[in-house]
Amino acid sequence: MRPFSYTRAQTVQAAVQALASDPQAVLLAGGTNLIDLMKYEVERPGAIIDINRLPLNFIDDLPDGGIRIGALVTNSSVAHDERVRTRYPLLASAILAGASPQLRNAATTGGNLVQRTRCYYFYDPATPCNKRQPGSGCAAIGGVNRIHAILGASDSCIAVHPSDMCVALAALGATIEVEGPAGRRDIAFSDFHRLPGDRPELDNTLQSGELVVAIRLEPNHFAVHHTYLKLRDRLSYAFALVSVAVAVELSNDRLVDVRVALGGVAHKPWRDRLVEAEFAGVVADEEAFQKLAERLLSGAKGHGGNHFKIPLAAKAIVRALKQATSGRLQDQAAKSVQ
Amino acid sequence: MDIGSRNDAVPLCSTAFVINGQQFTLELHPWVTLLDLLRGALELSGTKKGCDHGQCGACTVLIDGERINACLKLAVSLDGARITTIEGLGSPESLHPMQKAFIEHDAFQCGYCTPGQICSAIGLVSEGRVHSRADIRELMSGNLCRCGAYTNIADAIEDVMGQGRNQIREAAE
Repeated sequence: MRPFSYTRAQTVQAAVQALASDPQAVLLAGGTNLIDLMKYEVERPGAIIDINRLPLNFIDDLPDGGIRIGALVTNSSVAHDERVRTRYPLLASAILAGASPQLRNAATTGGNLVQRTRCYYFYDPATPCNKRQPGSGCAAIGGVNRIHAILGASDSCIAVHPSDMCVALAALGATIEVEGPAGRRDIAFSDFHRLPGDRPELDNTLQSGELVVAIRLEPNHFAVHHTYLKLRDRLSYAFALVSVAVAVELSNDRLVDVRVALGGVAHKPWRDRLVEAEFAGVVADEEAFQKLAERLLSGAKGHGGNHFKIPLAAKAIVRALKQATSGRLQDQAAKSVQ
Repeated sequence: MDIGSRNDAVPLCSTAFVINGQQFTLELHPWVTLLDLLRGALELSGTKKGCDHGQCGACTVLIDGERINACLKLAVSLDGARITTIEGLGSPESLHPMQKAFIEHDAFQCGYCTPGQICSAIGLVSEGRVHSRADIRELMSGNLCRCGAYTNIADAIEDVMGQGRNQIREAAE
């Protein structure tokens, strides 16, 4: 790790000011991704602003029946919060599918949103990577790309976003509150993470000096029919090859509202509202699920090592929709349907 | 105490914590991880460095009672924390119940992952979220064992949980 200076921010405003005034500064929350990247010298901050003492460790009920989760609440605390478990079980389930108990005890809600890709070339400063070193090229295209994107990639970057939590938040349609030098603003979850395009160094739409304060979730009707299905090389403690978050509202066996978000397949949690809308009012059966999977993956493109993800994602989408509509979610401990 | 490589441009940070019941106030370089502090200057080498990247769990310690990977925490960020390592759990004369159970169930071979496994298992018990053998296996998945002692590790934990959670929690404090 390279030397850096260390300060502890006492207020959100002070953290914003410190971050905005020093282009070499980064924020430290749980540190589970940042410290790791610093050891590889992928991240080389000149200054660390420790935000762990900021008053952002809260889970509050909102007057509309929704919930507001502070940026510093750990992944464990979110997943085991009784209100989250009963009203947003999809979120709890997705979090528990990720990382390990130790990492979830340290990792925070805000940190989970802004964590970086686990592309092995991004992690290896000896190789070209447009995300790490803009303009240097992409070693994953034409290289070892088993874990890489099949949707929304570009000629510059085929990395995927590694989060499980974010896939559930995409399906649920969260709102992210951020604070920056110009004050506070809301970002719709679908607008937070980016596709790589020709600027893969930008993972999200946070502006300079902005920090995540909280996420908000509206009340919903998805507490019964939902599932988070995660497929990976081993049953635990591994990133998703493909994951599917499904949230469904059913009426008389028909899909009233169906949401399907995919993880492990793109630079951001992948969701297509136009495709979802095509299936409103459709009878919830396997034929419909297969069509939905086909439509969602119609633009999918493999890069050699990851071709297998296309049929894998199709089957995962169908299985997740079956689980969700039958009200039998994936058990993240037993790795079977409940 | 000066820990880490020399760098006079960056001021040392005064950091206080309680480690295994003993109060420390140290002057630290900010880039020293808790793991390197424990194993280096404090000579508490019971906590192991496996991958040093949060992928194996060998460095698991208890910070304010919660199991955490020590390799991914900057020591300076833990000012005010209470840290328990394998050395703080029991002594050769009076082993922690989890240590005893690991011996009784032959829950290790080379032993390198064992301090992390035991700290993790104690964290797991105090979290109180185990309802089945599958839960034990899943909630211990943050600790890799290359010898493959997993079955016996799960047996040891199951045994301890059968002895009653309160007793374990007290012993961890």
